Parts: sequence; C-alpha cells; structure tokens
Amino acid sequence: MEKYGVYVPRLVPKYEGFASGHRACIGCGEALAVRLACKALGQNVIVTNATGCMEVVSSQFPNTAWCMPWIHTLFENTAAVASGIEASLKAMIRKGKRADKGVKVVAMAGDGGTSDIGIQALSGALERGHDFLYICFDNEAYMNTGIQRSSATPYGASTTTSPAGKVSIGQVTWKKDMPAIAAAHNIPYVATATHSYPFDLMDKVAKGVATPGPAYIHILSVCPTGWRSAPDLSVRLGRLAVETGIFPLYEVEDGKYKLSFEPTKLRPVQDYLKLQGRFRHLSEETVKEIQNRVNEEYAKLKEKAL
Amino acid sequence: MGQRVGIEVSLAIAEAVKLANVDVVAAYPITPQTHIIEHLAELVANGELDAEYIPVESEHSAMSACLGSAATGARTFTATAGQGLELMHEVLYVASSMRLPIVMSVANRALSSPINVWGDHSDLMSVRDTGWIQIVVENGQEAVDNIICGFSIAEDHRVLLPVMIHADGFYLTHVIEPIYMPEQNEVDRFIPPSRYPLPLDPDNPVTMGGFGPPYIYTEMKKAQEVNIRAAKEVILEQWDKFGKSFGRYYHPVECYHCEGAKTLLLTMGSTGETAMAAVDKMRGGGKDIGLIKLRLWRPFPFKEFRQAVRSAEVLVVVDRAISFGGPGGPFFSEVKSALYGEDNRPKVVGFVGGLGGRDITVGQFENVVERGIEIVQTGSEQEFEMFGVRE
Repeated sequence: MEKYGVYVPRLVPKYEGFASGHRACIGCGEALAVRLACKALGQNVIVTNATGCMEVVSSQFPNTAWCMPWIHTLFENTAAVASGIEASLKAMIRKGKRADKGVKVVAMAGDGGTSDIGIQALSGALERGHDFLYICFDNEAYMNTGIQRSSATPYGASTTTSPAGKVSIGQVTWKKDMPAIAAAHNIPYVATATHSYPFDLMDKVAKGVATPGPAYIHILSVCPTGWRSAPDLSVRLGRLAVETGIFPLYEVEDGKYKLSFEPTKLRPVQDYLKLQGRFRHLSEETVKEIQNRVNEEYAKLKEKAL
Repeated sequence: MGQRVGIEVSLAIAEAVKLANVDVVAAYPITPQTHIIEHLAELVANGELDAEYIPVESEHSAMSACLGSAATGARTFTATAGQGLELMHEVLYVASSMRLPIVMSVANRALSSPINVWGDHSDLMSVRDTGWIQIVVENGQEAVDNIICGFSIAEDHRVLLPVMIHADGFYLTHVIEPIYMPEQNEVDRFIPPSRYPLPLDPDNPVTMGGFGPPYIYTEMKKAQEVNIRAAKEVILEQWDKFGKSFGRYYHPVECYHCEGAKTLLLTMGSTGETAMAAVDKMRGGGKDIGLIKLRLWRPFPFKEFRQAVRSAEVLVVVDRAISFGGPGGPFFSEVKSALYGEDNRPKVVGFVGGLGGRDITVGQFENVVERGIEIVQTGSEQEFEMFGVRE
C-alpha cells in the first residue's frame, strides 16, 4: 500500500455513487465501504439493498443518497430480488425489449441479512448461477436495531442479546465463516475486504462485478457505535483486524485461494480487542482462547492459499 | 374466438401465460399449483415460450424475484398455493405498495396444521389485506380468460397493481374441461406491450422502496387505497373490452335467478356451479331462491353487490375459510359489514364448510339454505354455523 503514497487521492475515482448527506453515524466504516464500493462499481449498475443500516441512513423519503438505480424491498430476500433483476434484463434484452448496455446487478446486505435471515435466498441465487455481485457489509451484529448478536458476531463480543455478565463472556459462538459458505457453492469469485484497505476493496469490487456468474465479497465494516470504539479509530481497527489475522484479506478465484495481504508476523489479537468496548470484559484466558483460534484458522487459510 | 379443446385447467392456465408472452417466471413447486409451473417450465424448455424461468428455492424468493423482475420492467408471472402464499405474505405487501404489476395464479388450498393439500379459501382470505387485486374464478374458462385480463389490468397505467387469479385447488386445477383457448394474435391485440413507467435503469436512475417515516407513511397508504379503489373501473373496462374481443363477459357480481328472489345464496369460486344445480333443484320444488357469485374479491364491488341483494330478505353466505373466534367466515363478515348501513338489506346468515377439500354437495347447499331461512325466522343469536361436520 505504501507505494501509493501522496498520489493516493489521484488514484481514487472521483465518481460518487453514494452521495454525502446520508444519516450514518460518525466514523461509520460501512458507509465508507459502501462509498468505496460504489466508486468501483461505476454508474452502469442496478443495486438491490437489504433492510439494514445502509437502507435506513440513505433512503429516507424524500431523499436518497443513491446515484444509480436502487431498490430496497425486504430484509432476507436481496439475493432473490437480484435474481429477478438479472433474469428480467436477460429476457428483455433477448426479446429486444431493452437495449444491451452491459448493465450489472449488485446486491448489498449486512451480516444479519446475509449470514442469518438471508442465507437461504443467497444460497439459492449463488447455486442458480445468476450473473450478479453480492456484497456483504459485515459490522458483526444487528447494529441498526440496537446491537443484537448475529451469527457473524465474534466470540466474546458483548452485544445487547449476548451481553457479558457474571456467568457469560458475551457471544459464546465463533463467527460464521460466510466467505467459505459462499465458496462452497463453487462460484467463480469470492473475496474478503475492508474499508481500511481502500484500493484492495475497490479492486475486488471491480473484479467481482466484472466476473460472469455469481461473485461474493465479504467486507468487514467497523461500527464504532456497536463495537464501542472511538469513531476516529475505524480505519485503524480495520487494519488491525487484518494485521492480527482476525480478518484476513483473500480471494477465491475458481476455487483457488490467494492471500491479498500477508503480514510478515501477525500482531497479537489483544492489539485489536483492547480498542473496543465490546471486548472490554474479556479475561486473559478468553483472549488466549481467541488468539489460539485465530492462529489455527490463519494457518488453515495459509495452507489453502499455498 | 379460438379453439375449444379438452385440457387440464392447470395446463390451460400455463398456456394462457404463454399467450400473454411473459418475460420472467419465478416459481417454487407446491401442490396443487405444480402442474401450472411444470407446464411453463416445459414450454420454456421447448422454446415455445421465450422467457427466463427462475426455479427459486422458496415461495418467499419466488415473489421476491418477481419484485426485482417487475421493477426492471419485465412481464412477470408466478403461481402458488396454501403454505406457499403464506410464506410469500410479507412480500405481497411490497409488490402492491411498490405498484409492481405481477400476475399470480393461486391454486386455493387449506392451511396447516394438520397439513392438507386440498382446496379451500383459507389462503385466499389470509391475503385479502395485502393490496392485491383478487379475482376468484369458477371454472377453467374463467381462469384462462382472467389470466389474460390479469395482465391487461395489472399493467394499465391507471392501475399498476399486482393481480391474483384464484382457482380452487384440485376442484379446478386438476380437472379437464372444455376450454376455448384464444389465438395468439387475438391476445396480442388485447394485451398491449408492457411499458412499466419507471423501470430500474442506469440511464434514468430511480430510488425504489425508500424508508417511509411517520410523516409520509399515512399519505402513502392513502394513495394506495385510492388507487386500488379506482382500479375497479379499469377492471370493469378491461372485462368489457375482453367481452367485445372474445365474446365472454365478466362481472364483479354474477347473478343467477336472483332478480326478485326472496332468498339468495352467495358463493365464491368453484362451488358456484354446484350451487347453481342446487338452486335449479330448489326452484323446481317451488322455492323462491337465487344465487349470487362474487368474482371480484378485491377491490370489493360494494355498489354492484348492494344492488344485487337489495330486494332479498335472506342472504345465505357460504365460506370455505374460518376466522377462529371471530364473527364467522371472512366472506360472511365482510358481506355483512358491506350491508350494515343499507336501509333495505337482507338478514345475513353465515355458514362455514368445504374445508380442506371436503366437497360441498347439492344437498348441503339445500340444507344450508333451509337452515338459513330457519335461523332468520327464529332469530337465532349464533354468529355462524359450520356444516358437513361429522359429530
């Protein structure tokens, strides 16, 4: 990343698909991730968005932050709506009812809309092979409704429905491995990204949307409100998630794993955990448990990427 | 005029969808709707229908895919029944509220539990408040004709609402009937090419399905209500246009010997034909009775209905669904409330039967009519009665 240095601003597309003025919280990593993704997507897309933070902050009548055709319907059906849009374009172009302008279809949802309530619709759409890109913006809980746990919430995190208490460490389950689930559908492109590596994110989104067939990108999106972290640390936290090996950046192209960024040595997970109020209660023992799990998972991933 | 052929009603429905030249079909199999979507899959596989067929993984996704498809401007069809319609429930509201002209064939079916795949109106009644236009057909010919009318109604720019065509599961879907299948060129003339006014298109980007807080939600719902109420005139207009083109006329309320009759029987769906036989028999026996069949369930044809029952003394309503712990069958309670403010109105008595595929016989229609007259004469307090129950 260093090579970009002072030229960075010049390398970012000027186009804004996700306009400023939306109602996201201060320091919202997801809004940043959406903005970067939209820059990479360009204007020739139709976006379908699940219910969640982004829909709420961006589409309140009579305003909209979306500069491309955008549709929100429900929470769990985004991949199915995308299927319908894709099929509609295909049929109408074939029947001469619409000019073929190479329009791409993109579905966006949060971690709840993807790994919990929307997983069936997503699995169906991936299996059927629709030509679309699905982006999961993962802030690791139901933040919009008030920080309730999801299957993407990490082990040990305190949320309003997995609260840390005298006899509980908070979330007692390990984060669901959604990119692996997507990859298990044998789709041509799967990737992970975070807003803290903006060029990596934009490259992957551009690649995903250009891939014929289904593509899935899982973007870790820091949420200061839910993670109980300082809003000015959002970019820092995304980098720490990668540097500690908690959220490695990688691609799975036609089944082949490739690490996008390999730190020479992983930082201790505590560097990441200590900046967040949701992990404040964790004992040394639990932190160690998390460290061991991260080491194990990272080693497994490296093996796959060999 | 088309050819008269012997064909299973489900296949005829699929053929009508083909005649309407749909662009996208998204469907999930459920008894007794399966023959409709199987035949559509076959038509697509054989290249007889140029459409995208999305074999979705659930009914929730079937209707969701329809939202995406219709919003992108494609002519869109799906079919379901019973539990499938229930699984779609929340998506149905979105389809109507976002003004997406989807046409759906519903093979009316009972609801679990116990699981029962046979016909009744439990599913139909459970979606009456979803903002869809609901047309309930009586036989295969009506099913075919109303699938075709369904598209012309739904896509009319004064309407832009989704339409359900209800055909009783098994009673209609699985029987072979003689049906006039319209010719392709006639249908092409009748249904103009779909021109959805604001499709999702990067050349003219729109935001659809934004977040509506309290300051706007009520206004949106009012607009929706005004819209569906006004749709009735267009439905009548399209039916009239259809009649002029094909020689078969449809009305929101159909009357059979009801002019001046003191007692009227009221049905909806496939039982109408059995009820006609019962009325013939009773009239033969000297009874002053007529039959009213409701074809348009939403928007409810208040004017036509009130007009039709105005001079009757007793109105016997037969429901094929039950509202547990409520005022009786949903059909009965709606009809009763539609008449409550009228100066001249019949006494309304409600009966519930024919649930989960139990047949309603000519004899049972005779019985409920007699029992209905008796209830009115004795002034019984009971809200409604169930008939055909083994005790």
